[in-house]
Amino acid sequence: MRVAIIDYGSGNLRSATKAFERAAREAGIDAAIELTDKPDIVAAADRVVLPGVGAYADCRAGLKVVSGMNEALIEAVETKARPFLGICVGMQLMSSRGLEKTTTEGLGWIKGDVVEMTPSDPELKIPQIGWNTLELATPHPLFDGIPTGPDGLHAYFVHSYHLAATNPAEVIATTDYGGAMTAFVGRDNMAGSQFHPEKSQKLGLALISNFLRWKP
Amino acid sequence: MTLKARVIPCLDVKDGRVVKGVNFLDLVDAGDPVEAAKAYDLAGADELCFLDITASSDNRETIFDVVARTADHCFMPLTVGGGVRAVADIRKLLLAGADKVSINSAAVNNPDFVAEAADKFGNQCIVVSIDAKKVSAAGEANRWEIFTHGGRNPTGIDAVDFAQRMVERGAGELLVTSMDRDGTKVGYDLELTRAIADSVRVPVIASGGVGDLDDLVAGVKQGHATAVLAASIFHFGTYTVAEAKRYMADHGIAMRLD
Repeated sequence: MRVAIIDYGSGNLRSATKAFERAAREAGIDAAIELTDKPDIVAAADRVVLPGVGAYADCRAGLKVVSGMNEALIEAVETKARPFLGICVGMQLMSSRGLEKTTTEGLGWIKGDVVEMTPSDPELKIPQIGWNTLELATPHPLFDGIPTGPDGLHAYFVHSYHLAATNPAEVIATTDYGGAMTAFVGRDNMAGSQFHPEKSQKLGLALISNFLRWKP
Repeated sequence: MTLKARVIPCLDVKDGRVVKGVNFLDLVDAGDPVEAAKAYDLAGADELCFLDITASSDNRETIFDVVARTADHCFMPLTVGGGVRAVADIRKLLLAGADKVSINSAAVNNPDFVAEAADKFGNQCIVVSIDAKKVSAAGEANRWEIFTHGGRNPTGIDAVDFAQRMVERGAGELLVTSMDRDGTKVGYDLELTRAIADSVRVPVIASGGVGDLDDLVAGVKQGHATAVLAASIFHFGTYTVAEAKRYMADHGIAMRLD
């Protein structure tokens, strides 16, 4: 299996690559993890991962700077229906639009806009930085065997914006930060994580293993 | 609220080696930051912090190797500070595997650098490290000033004003160190921590002076910090990270114990 992690100048790419390698090794999955900025590798991959750190508009622009990358991503995910995982801003880019700093058109895979978090408690800090639990809203194969809820495992979040998904069926998990914030989205072969699986130790490695086994 | 308070062990790294040494059992090489990072990872640290105190620019490259080797083994958030002066420094650290960088002197000397870095990498990735000393006399209203060069050089800049300006420029988090308390083991300067935490929207990490586990509890409860950083109590094995987290949880602070 060939897994392409897209390098478009954004994100903590080494830790993502290493986490996928370790998850594959521990799960006994024969996977070649390729960190790549080459559109043909992305288009031909069996699984595609889009990481992302930074501002929505910058990441969206970065994806278009590499000639042919945007098209390769659409070919792999929309046409060939390869399993896809977006991480952090990579997940946010799956939305209709991003409203951070300026309005930016997203990939349009998950309905809704990426908006600033407005926790009901004004004392809560923005960004949300740290470990929080997840509330599973819709069962999903990527959460198989992962304890969720208040006593479940923790995931590591670093974000000021979240994807306000308008189709409840596409919201897989939320996290409580002065109200329910979107933590995980999905539909068909597409999945997106607001938290960082590559930094979330036990929960993260389990989720990545599930992604590598996933047959949507 | 279910976001948990964080315990962050900090390692001083010089020329690629841990300074002051780390006193753990079972460490193959106590001077290797990667070995120490692995031990903290296993102990349940919520994040790790490396502070590069390498003096000569010739040896600056060593930190990138340390960060890369750590990222190969530890799947937890890593902040790296020390000598971060240019966008290129930040990119290299992030590519090596750091998640956040901490900017100290460069933020004092050129506040616009913080804005440039935040625009480029996102606010969430930029920690501004504030080293402050109390300068008000007894009986006066509390006032703290920013010091540079390890607390030797006063700048005349008010610490709370500076904190607010850094957040306006895009700092996503503030690491507040009391230079009066650093290394004293008498506890954080809770008034300083709280004065800054209550005046900004972003999370504040308390630092400088931890002697026992009650200091960590006080950092959150009285200092209003959302994360507590400590070095020597963990390095010298006085307490483990797991003990610290259990103690904080027993004192009513929401902690991650999985």
